[in-house]
Amino acid sequence: MLRASVIVFPGSNCDRDVETAITRVTGFAPKMVWHGDASVPASDVIVLPGGFSYGDYLRCGAMAAHSPIMKDVIAKANAGTPVIGICNGFQVLCEAGLLPGALLRNASLHFICRDVFLKVENDTSFFTKCYRKDEVIKVPIAHGEGNYFADEETLNRLEGEGRVAFRYSDADGNVSAETCPNGAQRNIAGITNETGRVLGMMPHPERLYENALGGTDGRRVFESILLSTLEAA
Amino acid sequence: MKAKIKITLKNGVLDPQGKAIEGAVKGLGISGVGDVRQGKYIEVDLSETDPTKAKAIVEQMCKDLLANTVIENYSYEIG
Repeated sequence: MLRASVIVFPGSNCDRDVETAITRVTGFAPKMVWHGDASVPASDVIVLPGGFSYGDYLRCGAMAAHSPIMKDVIAKANAGTPVIGICNGFQVLCEAGLLPGALLRNASLHFICRDVFLKVENDTSFFTKCYRKDEVIKVPIAHGEGNYFADEETLNRLEGEGRVAFRYSDADGNVSAETCPNGAQRNIAGITNETGRVLGMMPHPERLYENALGGTDGRRVFESILLSTLEAA
Repeated sequence: MKAKIKITLKNGVLDPQGKAIEGAVKGLGISGVGDVRQGKYIEVDLSETDPTKAKAIVEQMCKDLLANTVIENYSYEIG
């Protein structure tokens, strides 16, 4: 049994994709929870989906981070409920203070929508344990503001604590400025909080979970969620 | 009272929009143009009439929502 909740903000547009991915991969349909609700049902995992919540007004994710449902999302995350934010969801997690740093406009100023290679850096967290450290996977990105920024001290702490989950790389796992699509510091594509139970990532695993979609490299995020939940049960 | 709030990117935070504007301004043939940084300007009407209380209100809205202090600085005038 997996009780997943997907938060739907005005302007979310990957909410139904992630709903389908969770249902197809784990066999359990998530609950869809409106941002205006006061509380999230008891959940094994909470998902903040991709999209353009509140039209990206003010800053990406800034308005959503203060929507009514987020008080309970933050409370549940602090109490240990796993939370994953994908793309706009990552931006919301940073704005809500559940993850450090911020996501700036891509260095190129272009909206980038294409497959990228990611090097897996963390294979032990709630969301990544079905991957293997240092393996290279291919997952799409689709964002204009995915340029991860944090101060040096924060970056060093993230790396020192093994909290960088994914880095932009080439097909062989080389990480360099040339393999970074958006200017993100240290090629960071995804990070976790201190406990590994909150993950934010710009790439979209829900877009590549079965061969009919062109690949399966995103599937193991959802398999990790199911495995981690069953192990804890 | 009205609060006039300016939000700017911190030094050291890349501002690709500012760079693009800089390039466009130089493209107009205008000389003597250096670094360009883009920010935001927000006006908020306040019912509060006490300047000290108004300042506290503006501080809170800047810190909690209007600026992201990881990447941005803010300043304001209240009058």
